[in-house]
Amino acid sequence: MTGEQGGVSVADEVTISVQHVVKAFGQGGAALRALDDVSVDIRRGEFFTLLGPSGCGKTTLLRLIAGFEMPSDGTILLDGADITNLPPNKRPVNTVFQSYALFPHLTVAQNVSFGLEMLGKPAAEVKARTAQMLALVKLDSFASRKVSQLSGGQQQRVALARALAPQPKVLLLDEPLSALDLKLRKEMQIELKRLQTETGITFVFVTHDQEEALTMSDRIAVMSAGRIQQVGTAKDIYIHPKNRFVASFIGETNFLTGTAREGAVVLAGGDSLPVDALKAIDSGKSVTVAVRPEQVRIGKPGAGGLSATVGTLVYFGTDTHCHLCLKDGTEIVVRLQSPATGDSGLAQGDTVAITFEPGAVQVVED
Amino acid sequence: MSPAEENAVKTSARNGWLLSSPALVVLAIAAAGPLVIVVIYSFLKAGTHGNVVWTFSLDGWQSILWTKDIFTDSYVWADAHLSIFWRSVKLSLLTTAITFLVGFPTAWFIATRPPKARAFWLFLITIPFWTNLLIRTYAINEVIRKEGLLNLTLQKIGVITEPLNIIYTDIAIFTGMTYVYLPLMVLPLFAAIDRFDMRLLEAGYDLYGSRMQILRRIILPIVKPGIIAGSILVFVPSLGAYVTPRVLGGGKQMMLGNLIELQFGQGKNWPLGAALSLTLLVIVTAALLYYVKVANGEKRHG
Ligand SMILES: Nc1ncnc2c1ncn2[C@@H]1O[C@H](COP(=O)(O)OP(=O)(O)O)[C@@H](O)[C@H]1O
Ligand SMILES: [Mg+2]
Repeated sequence: MTGEQGGVSVADEVTISVQHVVKAFGQGGAALRALDDVSVDIRRGEFFTLLGPSGCGKTTLLRLIAGFEMPSDGTILLDGADITNLPPNKRPVNTVFQSYALFPHLTVAQNVSFGLEMLGKPAAEVKARTAQMLALVKLDSFASRKVSQLSGGQQQRVALARALAPQPKVLLLDEPLSALDLKLRKEMQIELKRLQTETGITFVFVTHDQEEALTMSDRIAVMSAGRIQQVGTAKDIYIHPKNRFVASFIGETNFLTGTAREGAVVLAGGDSLPVDALKAIDSGKSVTVAVRPEQVRIGKPGAGGLSATVGTLVYFGTDTHCHLCLKDGTEIVVRLQSPATGDSGLAQGDTVAITFEPGAVQVVED
Repeated sequence: MSPAEENAVKTSARNGWLLSSPALVVLAIAAAGPLVIVVIYSFLKAGTHGNVVWTFSLDGWQSILWTKDIFTDSYVWADAHLSIFWRSVKLSLLTTAITFLVGFPTAWFIATRPPKARAFWLFLITIPFWTNLLIRTYAINEVIRKEGLLNLTLQKIGVITEPLNIIYTDIAIFTGMTYVYLPLMVLPLFAAIDRFDMRLLEAGYDLYGSRMQILRRIILPIVKPGIIAGSILVFVPSLGAYVTPRVLGGGKQMMLGNLIELQFGQGKNWPLGAALSLTLLVIVTAALLYYVKVANGEKRHG
């Protein structure tokens, strides 16, 4: 893994360790492998995000950690102890459900105190802790309301308070913000970060929204088709995507294929792009490289770099997307900051030269 | 709403009432009419060959609890009536309790099947309704009587040597009523459980609840309307049951329904029959009010 400097500190202690976990639904040949040999370590106190498209197995992994499902194979450790076969009510792990799953017959306060009561905490402690939790999510004045009388955002807060009240070692959140409108979602993102920092509890957060993942997480695991594709910080994953899937799922990117040479990749049209990562030993291999649209510079023809023809220009407000055609016919998209005049100075059919920022061209696995 | 609009709404509401007035008249006559007649009859004197003599009398009401001893000319407790009251209430409560204990897992089972299978199970539950109650009751009779299926089988496989005396006992009546009224418990329970959000079980389990705690603290309070509806649907007809105690109690083990019938038939004491009918009505109403109170009371602080 790149970009993780520094020695092992207390913060690097592993809380949840998922080891070679397989989860198959159904029997025999018709079995669907929702998780296929998944291994990941989640560190104490971090905001860890499972990111991937719908159906990639995020919920399944979360449910395995919560104990609602048993793995077909593999083990799950919590603080070093094997919890693979513990039922959910014996795991110090709580879940914020996508549907909130609040108890409709109970008040807000009764919902929040439910877990504490089930744990058999003394009444005084239950009361104090419930009040503290309601204050934490700013719902003190709603304590005796029925949950059905609350708005979606407020119900969300109750679900959070209810799951945090028993002070779990890990809080699992399955797309908790997906039912909220955009404005409320932004607010709750900040709120969630605040709650995580204030409580110091390890959060495992599931989302299919890459922007949400990038802005909120300490580390992200990108999943696809039941496998973890890459684990790393937002920057790691954005700058050094491991494969084609990660590169295209996180942000926008251009893919180019060519033949490797020492320190460069040669495209079909003869153009050559600098790639430090390619060594002499890679020579002759067919490789795919990814280039982010904002890491390409457009210059005057003859100023060095690759020659390209300007195709369509799409104005997006803050930036303008310029579709370019390389000599070999490959199309790439370049993102330019829109100038104050709104005129990028480019026109369809212009011939330009493009250069790449250092490190912009990344080799990715297919 | 503007005054004009408001008037329009009021007018249409008034017209609605007017339109439904024929139905209301029919309802008033059909529901209140017989009741008024019963009330009047309960305050009249019994005729010698049935019917009533039109003179005011409290005999009907009095003889619910007291019988005139013809030798000493004093009033003594009507033990027979009291034991019939007690049997009716006891058997109805028992029937309600057992149909709940059996019906709840049944309804839960059906509600948790996939939709197709669910329709099939519900269909099975409703099959008994296709056959006349009397025939179903005689079928039970056939199973539990002295030389019936149950005794023969048990004797064949050597569990018992002498036939069990089930028929014409309270147990026979109770078995019959449980069988007959079970669907009335299962259906409303099913409707309530079907609406129950199963994800709440995971939430409860996640929050350290045991299975028992989840049942008591989450499932039962939420499906309570179904429990109340089912209990009423079983308890009310049980209390007034006539056919089942008649066939399976053999006329010896009477319930309220049989006692009332007796007064209008062989007993030739219509005022007593009328008074007993009203007493049954009062018990049922009291039970319903109690249910409603319990239901509302819990709602307020739960
Ligand atoms: N209980 C189940 N039975 C059968 N298949 C399931 C079950 N739960 C999930 N799956 C399948 O497993 C795959 C992963 O699902 P899920 O973990 O819910 O994905 P995600 O949360 O990433 O959208 C999907 O193809 C889904 O259809
Ligand atoms: Mg999901």
